[in-house]
Amino acid sequence: MNARVRSLLETSFPGVPFEFSEFRGELTVVVPKEKIVEVCSFLKTHGETRFDLLADLCGIDMFTPLKRFGIVYNLYSLQRRHRIRLKSFVEEDEPRIASVTGVWKTANWHERETYDMMGIIFEGHPDLRRIYMPDEFEHHPLRKDFPLMGIPGSLDLPKK
Amino acid sequence: MAQNVVDPIKKTKILQALEDQHTSVNFTDPLENDLVLNMGPQHPATHGVLRLLLRLDGERVIGCVPEVGYLHRGYEKLAENCTYHEFIPHTDRLDYLSPLSNNTAYVLAVEKLLGIEAPPRAQYIRLIISELARISSHLMFWGSLGMDVGALTVWMWTFREREKMYDIFENLVGHRFTTSYTRIGGLAHDMTPAVETMIRDFLKPLPRLLDDCERLLNKNRIFVDRCDGVGKLGREEAIDLGVTGPVLRACGVDHDLRKANPYLVYDQLEFETAVYEGGDVLTRYYVRVKEIKESIKLVIQALDRLPKGDIHAAKPKNVLPRKERVYTKMEELIHDFMVVNFGGDPPVGEIYSAVEAPKGELGFYIYSNGEGHPWRLKIRSPSFVNISSLPAMVIGGMVSDVVAIIGGLDPVMGEADK
Repeated sequence: MNARVRSLLETSFPGVPFEFSEFRGELTVVVPKEKIVEVCSFLKTHGETRFDLLADLCGIDMFTPLKRFGIVYNLYSLQRRHRIRLKSFVEEDEPRIASVTGVWKTANWHERETYDMMGIIFEGHPDLRRIYMPDEFEHHPLRKDFPLMGIPGSLDLPKK
Repeated sequence: MAQNVVDPIKKTKILQALEDQHTSVNFTDPLENDLVLNMGPQHPATHGVLRLLLRLDGERVIGCVPEVGYLHRGYEKLAENCTYHEFIPHTDRLDYLSPLSNNTAYVLAVEKLLGIEAPPRAQYIRLIISELARISSHLMFWGSLGMDVGALTVWMWTFREREKMYDIFENLVGHRFTTSYTRIGGLAHDMTPAVETMIRDFLKPLPRLLDDCERLLNKNRIFVDRCDGVGKLGREEAIDLGVTGPVLRACGVDHDLRKANPYLVYDQLEFETAVYEGGDVLTRYYVRVKEIKESIKLVIQALDRLPKGDIHAAKPKNVLPRKERVYTKMEELIHDFMVVNFGGDPPVGEIYSAVEAPKGELGFYIYSNGEGHPWRLKIRSPSFVNISSLPAMVIGGMVSDVVAIIGGLDPVMGEADK
């Protein structure tokens, strides 16, 4: 199945620089961020893959000068009972990527969480608000430069 | 008297999300306005600190915005600063109604990353405790759904059974609630024959007691009327919204990770997945009741086949050695020191591993850069995703249905908020 996904992607998107890697039997495909929505809807609708369940979407802070943030999509196919993983990278000074809420509705809250925790802006998201932290919070706690103990004074106590 | 001056209403972003652009507030005739009702975060029927903003037209819900985050403790940030072993106790606090299931899910993910496998006896015991956790969690659901719609007796009866289960956990693990029973590559300690007997003694009369509980509800006019056809979710919509577990199976989708991608020893045991058509609260109740019965079968089968042998994998670089050997042997002392202080020896790589927890698909995504603690650990919690599907279920229903729908979803906020 992994090999099939790989060849399908290579033939259907000629010229797109995918990177494939496999670890413990799981296929990871690094997709250029401009192509992410296209690839997702292709994998969801293609009759051979049918990745109809977006199991998880999360951000990852690589803490590198280039390609700092990764966005990880864990897909599952109910029909094929198979998982693959897509990954896209965005730069630190422009952490923007297109939203996949149009492909899977479940991406809505996952993307809100990723925005809240990592500060990645999903363009085209219907309702991009913070989900865990208060609205007036200024930082993004899961970035590697956010200290574990928090930043003193960044969260106001309730006023009387 | 001065003109009717209205203070500018401080609209939070949450409120703005609830009101669409066509809404205007009419201050001259209050009866023309829709009512915004704040339900939670300390409402007894929200099962924890879930907050819902409901927009009502009379008693009918025309808008709903769930708010989570009141129990956010930042476990994913903590995990990046813990060794793999140190994070096990934190998994108890995710879905605190089935901690044993979370322990198992987490160590299976780490074992997948490390490429090790626990011995058969540990696998069987993990299966038994996962299924006991499922029974315990579904009993909690059963009682609380009954209480949400006004049937108090069933709450007492299921809680009486749950209490017996906690006695078993206390004897097995040493704790009733926060178990932390599993270890990477094995278990904290072995299951004693006395505990085996306790589990069998508990399971033997359980089906009859469940029948009693079913007789209280299944033909109860009030219960059926409050649940039947409430909170409908279509098959395609449910998949699109990403719901998993009993909620998805109640929509007629035959998806159970225990069958679809068998882990532990589920492929060697016989059981059926509980799949029903309907997609309403009553169907979700039937699914869970059947799952309890299947879990009983699974536990008895596993107890019958429970192999003898070691419960720790022989991978000293990653698995904690036995305490008595640490005190007497040099090698084990060194390994213990290394594993405790520097957290094992994982390869560079990333994995996603999911199990069928009582609430749905509980997944862990781990990115390792070869150090003793994860570079990134993402918890895919079923309650979080299930709650995000609430608006699709409650809009169009009545306010009182919202309580039944939350009861039917059975969310746990410890898990949704991480």
